Amino acid sequence: MSSQDIPEENVPAERDAHEGAHGAVSVADEKNPFADPGLPPHEHRIQDIDERAAKRSERAVAFLFTVSMLATVGFIASYVTIPADRSIFVFPIGHLSALNFALGLTLGTALFTIGAGAVHWARTLMSDVEVADDRHPIAAPPEVRAKVHADFKAGATESAIGRRKLIRNTMFGALTLVPLSGVVLLRDLGPLPEDKLRHTLWAKGKLLVNMNTDEPLRPSDVAVGSLTFCKPEGLEEHDEDFQNEIAKAALMIVRLQPDDIKDKQELEWSHEGIVAYSKICTHVGCPISLYEQQTHHVLCPCHQSTFDLSDGAKVIFGPAGHALPQLRIGVNDEGYLEALGDFEEPVGPAFWERG
Amino acid sequence: MKKLSARRRHPLAALVVLLLALACTGGLYAAFAPASKAQADETAQSLAIEEGKKLYAVGCASCHGTGGQGSSDGPSLVGVGAAAVDFQVGTGRMPAATSQGAQVPKKKVIYTQAQIDQLAAYIASLGAGPTVPTEAEYGPEGADIAKGGDLFRTNCAQCHNFTGKGGALTNGKYAPDLEDVDPKHIYEAMQTGPQNMPSFPDTTLSEQNKKDIIAYLHAVNSDETVNPGGLELGGLGPVSEGLFAWIFGLGALIAVAVWVAARTAKAKKS
Amino acid sequence: MSTTETTESRERGKAPAGERIADWADGRLGIYSLAKANMRKIFPDHWSFMLGEVCLYSFLIIILTGVYLTLFFHPSMNEVEYHGSYVPLQGQLMSEAFSSTLHISFDVRGGLLIRQIHHWAALIFLAGMFVHMMRVFFTGAFRKPREINWLFGFLLFVLGMFTGFTGYSLPDDLLSGTGVRFTQGAILSMPIVGTYISMFLFGGEFPGHDFVARFYSIHILLLPGIMLGLVVGHLILVFYHKHTQFAGPGKSNKNVVGMPLLPVYMAKAGGFFFLVFGVIAVISAITQINPVWAIGPYRPDQVSTGAQPDWYMGFAEGLIRFMPGWEINLWGHTLVLGVFIPLVLFGVVLAALAAYPFIESWITGDKREHHILDRPRNAPTRTALGVAWVTMYMITLVGGGNDLWATHFHLSINSITWFVRIFFFVGPVIAYILTKRICLGLQRRDRDKVLHGRETGTIKRLPHGEFIEIHEPLSQEQLHTLTAHEQYEPAAIGATVDENGVERKVKGSEKLRAKISDAYFGEDQQIPKPSVEEYKEITSGHGHH
Repeated sequence: MSSQDIPEENVPAERDAHEGAHGAVSVADEKNPFADPGLPPHEHRIQDIDERAAKRSERAVAFLFTVSMLATVGFIASYVTIPADRSIFVFPIGHLSALNFALGLTLGTALFTIGAGAVHWARTLMSDVEVADDRHPIAAPPEVRAKVHADFKAGATESAIGRRKLIRNTMFGALTLVPLSGVVLLRDLGPLPEDKLRHTLWAKGKLLVNMNTDEPLRPSDVAVGSLTFCKPEGLEEHDEDFQNEIAKAALMIVRLQPDDIKDKQELEWSHEGIVAYSKICTHVGCPISLYEQQTHHVLCPCHQSTFDLSDGAKVIFGPAGHALPQLRIGVNDEGYLEALGDFEEPVGPAFWERG
Repeated sequence: MKKLSARRRHPLAALVVLLLALACTGGLYAAFAPASKAQADETAQSLAIEEGKKLYAVGCASCHGTGGQGSSDGPSLVGVGAAAVDFQVGTGRMPAATSQGAQVPKKKVIYTQAQIDQLAAYIASLGAGPTVPTEAEYGPEGADIAKGGDLFRTNCAQCHNFTGKGGALTNGKYAPDLEDVDPKHIYEAMQTGPQNMPSFPDTTLSEQNKKDIIAYLHAVNSDETVNPGGLELGGLGPVSEGLFAWIFGLGALIAVAVWVAARTAKAKKS
Repeated sequence: MSTTETTESRERGKAPAGERIADWADGRLGIYSLAKANMRKIFPDHWSFMLGEVCLYSFLIIILTGVYLTLFFHPSMNEVEYHGSYVPLQGQLMSEAFSSTLHISFDVRGGLLIRQIHHWAALIFLAGMFVHMMRVFFTGAFRKPREINWLFGFLLFVLGMFTGFTGYSLPDDLLSGTGVRFTQGAILSMPIVGTYISMFLFGGEFPGHDFVARFYSIHILLLPGIMLGLVVGHLILVFYHKHTQFAGPGKSNKNVVGMPLLPVYMAKAGGFFFLVFGVIAVISAITQINPVWAIGPYRPDQVSTGAQPDWYMGFAEGLIRFMPGWEINLWGHTLVLGVFIPLVLFGVVLAALAAYPFIESWITGDKREHHILDRPRNAPTRTALGVAWVTMYMITLVGGGNDLWATHFHLSINSITWFVRIFFFVGPVIAYILTKRICLGLQRRDRDKVLHGRETGTIKRLPHGEFIEIHEPLSQEQLHTLTAHEQYEPAAIGATVDENGVERKVKGSEKLRAKISDAYFGEDQQIPKPSVEEYKEITSGHGHH
């Protein structure tokens, strides 16, 4: 506010007539030096008193609107002339799509200048006299309130809803029950859980197929310190249910020095130090595979649950609640790694029925 | 998108120049190239091993032991192969600083490529291991970028991010950004598994697979990568996008709002 | 129609076309009565009052661009082989949803721009709502009669989060798919019903073939439909209640001071729409967002590090990241506290925000309407509580991005997680104490300014050698502005003995209320504003400077 440069004694006197009508206005007096002095007097902008300044504003607004028109022409021209696959180098952004850049800048300019023109117009040429408007209480006055209450009572009495309780109660019953149909209709959104979350495609004798080469693995392929991902034999990317199956069956294969394996069961279920763990985090199901070959820790990139693959994949940090399930593996007659059964516990996130 | 495939040739040209330069400096490259060329000049090779041994004694032996057998300060180098040396020394990770953090970072390379080759020859002589790949192995010729992308998302993205921008590991360790890393070094890293990175030997990730991955990385994370939408914001996803939306998006709009709501300057009182 | 044209043609005796159309419409719609009340409606000027407009306009932009995107997007999870123009994905299997998103980005001219505008506008919409809510909170604009509008706004924020989340999931890319997987895992953690809800939502096991189509109808129809209704209701209430204003000369609880809707606010607010749209379009021209082509199609066995949700869900992400992995197995059932507690906390933290106006009005017992805004310092306890809430929110955001803070500031991800675990509890307490002290300090400064005037910085040497700084008395406007706020007395427990001398039992809630009220308004919880007597005593005491 620019009230500092107004002589104080002038403030209340200079007020515009139509503003004076509103608000609790009192002159600072001996009684209350904090009283509301009322709206400060309106001060003119340069555009209000100098027609040349007003003309300048007018030209500025018109210029902005003209720029907008030109930008729209530019937008259409860019759309027509620039091929969708052309890329250009713009410093400091880098290589980017010429079309996106041109369309965005022209559209942005066309829009921005309309807004800037309108606001400049409002700020410099439209009246900037502050006006006060009265507020009225939101709540209705007592007589209205009384009338509404009376009308409602009259209506309720006429309907006899209070007297004929049988009608009222059966109506409430009907209205309560009818949405149930809608709820029932949702039943076929999906099947019941049953034991779907407990089983994966892995079964005794299924070969471990390397995701990279699509070939079954031999123990000699897996070096200490290496990381390999496997899917069960027979599961192909084109299969209808590939996504659902791989979401449970994805497997992570690492090889440890058998001496480094601390967990007895892990050692038993491994083959020559090769261990197979579910790739699906037991927290909320992200594919976990940030394997640190020196520490044998595996980290989940989503919520940082950390498991120790040398110690039964127990949780050593983060929000996961239990160890990664291990798949028991062995070698078949032809020398390929195979599963010796399904996972013994459900893979992925825990759920109420998991137990 | 024809440009992308056309551009493949570009780094190749740069590599050819690099290789020529190397050949001129020492004529040593051929000596350490894989088996088929290895019969070249036995004297040159033993000379290189001798030189490498001297370099090793000065720069490496204090941690890795006089014969590469390792010590409490550094692992054994027997059997790590020439590829591991070329990666570790060629990216400046080795020799490591005396006081290390969670992980040995990439640094300024202090050996010439000729010296690195000599060191590699010496270490390779200690025990068989992966050899330094040739340009034919990691070059873009015959690579399937899309297959590389799929392989990258299966094997690499979990640590290095979708397009190889890097990411965090436990307790301060990290997977580094792969932008403009020499394709040879990427190949070697996959083969040898430096530090906490697991290895991806040819038996589980074939040579062709590696080539595909390198070609994909070049397409999506090099200084020639096209980001059609504009600023990449580090390629880090929603965190940097969110910060940008708050600071520049909402910031700009609030600045505009301040202008819209501000009082117009008043005429000077006369 | 310009006004000059209207007046000119009226002089010629024949009503201009515009007027005739308006008359026609009035005869059928009664628009004149509506216009009478609203055409010259007064709106006060303050930049922070435009934050709501940022939200409104970005919402409109989202709807406009969203409709365009639906023309090209295929909400289907059928697997197709990609043969479009983006080379690094050619031949890859992906859902139709993903491939049509690539089509929009690379083959529809301007499609990428519209996608980027849609997504940037969504991020800004939610950021705008957050800041708008904070403005309303810290100035006490939620008080009677605006509590319901606060709830409307709150619902818009929450629904905006879920609309954003479902939209982010539609392209079926590897990043959003990971987010959907997380959601499914969180649903599974719900006791008893979790597995059922998951099966019903996904049409079977995750990911199934249904969720994109289902999220699509939620994203483009169900949630935006509700939101549109709420936005309209929100705006009607803003018009009906008339805007709040800050205290100042001529501004009272009974009036609203500003400029009329027609023409000033028509131009300013209308212009602001174009400004917002323009800024977002320029951002979308130069800044890439959600490059799904670089992220790749979703596969439940693939993942990338740095997997994050969009910022507005970062709060949930943070809660889940710092939670320890608690799990209870009893009687064949599993209670997944490690996931379920964050899920509940998510609701509780948001609900606290929704309930605050009702809690505060219960504490103050104030039934009057409030149209004059508080300066945050003049409601120190509310302000401190708000800052504590924001601090907690921000700390969870830090937790949600812990992996990126780790790599970019060379920190250990484990240390950051521990920091978040501790400061989720400690941070808000520190913030509360600090904020309250700062507020009280500012109140003291206002009091000194009123009583002793403004420090001018001019040093004067008195004849006997003493140096004093000249204080200039404040103008009446300033005096009024600085003393216009009200201060509550702490609520006392009413008489425990009624007029007949019978002792009544003091209810627990009454005691609680008295206690909280004391913490809000008791001694040392606010600085008494200067009274007229104090002012007079001091000003008459050392009169003229």
